[in-house]
Amino acid sequence: MTIKSLDPRVTRLEIPKDTSETFEPLQPRDQHETYEVFHQAKRGEHPVHVGSLHAPGPDLALVMAKEQYGRRSRTVSIWVVPTTAVTTITVDDADIFETVPEKTYREAKGYRVGQKLKAWKKRAKEE
Amino acid sequence: MTDNGPAAERKAAESLQPDVRDALKRLLYRMADDDLIIAHRNSEWTGLGPTLEEDIAFSSIAQDKLGHALGLYTILHEELGEKNPDAIAFGRSETEFTCCHFVELPIGDYAFSLVRHLLFDLADQLRFELLEDSSFEPLARLARKVKGEIKYHLFHGATWVRKLAAEGDEESRARIHTAVREAMPYALGVFEQVEGDNHLAEAGIFPGEAHLCELWSKAVAAIFEDAEIPMPDISTLEPATGGRVGHHTEHLAPLLKEMTEVFQIDPSAEW
Repeated sequence: MTIKSLDPRVTRLEIPKDTSETFEPLQPRDQHETYEVFHQAKRGEHPVHVGSLHAPGPDLALVMAKEQYGRRSRTVSIWVVPTTAVTTITVDDADIFETVPEKTYREAKGYRVGQKLKAWKKRAKEE
Repeated sequence: MTDNGPAAERKAAESLQPDVRDALKRLLYRMADDDLIIAHRNSEWTGLGPTLEEDIAFSSIAQDKLGHALGLYTILHEELGEKNPDAIAFGRSETEFTCCHFVELPIGDYAFSLVRHLLFDLADQLRFELLEDSSFEPLARLARKVKGEIKYHLFHGATWVRKLAAEGDEESRARIHTAVREAMPYALGVFEQVEGDNHLAEAGIFPGEAHLCELWSKAVAAIFEDAEIPMPDISTLEPATGGRVGHHTEHLAPLLKEMTEVFQIDPSAEW
């Protein structure tokens, strides 16, 4: 038994009603690959990751990205990258970024630069 | 005020010779009607597009076309004393429309809609490019304004058609080729000769449909070569004409009925 929907496209997907049932994965031309989209709002600014989309190739990914992500705010450039090209440290390994609190000498806040800067500015003014 | 100010422009429109003025109106009407009708046709895909992303992109392009129609109707209203854009778009009878047959045809399958979008928008782009240098400044200004949008429309159309014709499979290639064969005689109808166009060429407003058709044919050949689509021999085709003088296909009347439904119930309704 497959899902019968009011939307014929959903019906055509022949999704089993019983979710424990397995079904054949879609062929590549029925299931486009995903691309990650980076949006640059102004010249000189960093492209920022804004989301992903499906497309049958990089050129059409750009065509789609322009409307999905470049339509509502000022945009000067868009990048698309196949999702498979991105290598990640996943959230499951988030503890890798944690560091013991005693090592303030490894962080900016461990140095009193502000006072030194103030003193230097004062001296510069006096001279 | 500089010479390019709105007051100077209005004076420029008023000082046009009656022949030029009439020809200019005909040009604006046919361009706007084409944009309005293709916008309505393409919006019929909204919610039914082949993928979510494409649905959004194609709907957005249809909205752009509606905006271009509004821009042109606004020039007719503000510069040339015609009725307001809503009255023009929704209040005219079928025979008063001067859109070409190409934009009236039903959406067909997605291959046909894509091919029509590509061939029509290429003509639209080249026409607006010519109009950027028009001596009628309100039109030249609009041409510069819509340039970016039309560039995207072409990028969309050409990329899809190339993808399906040159990189797809047997079925997608066959569908595009069939769509091209069906579309071509109608596409040529975009460039139907219109009486009085010679006045526009003489006034430096628009160089004419024959010139535009020549540019278009060359551009189509280049795109088709890239997409590996055989270029039809245009000289052997019979263009689908008559739209520019108010003779339409059987498909326009039902479209207008649907499009003007709300307006017909209450012309003063706001929605």
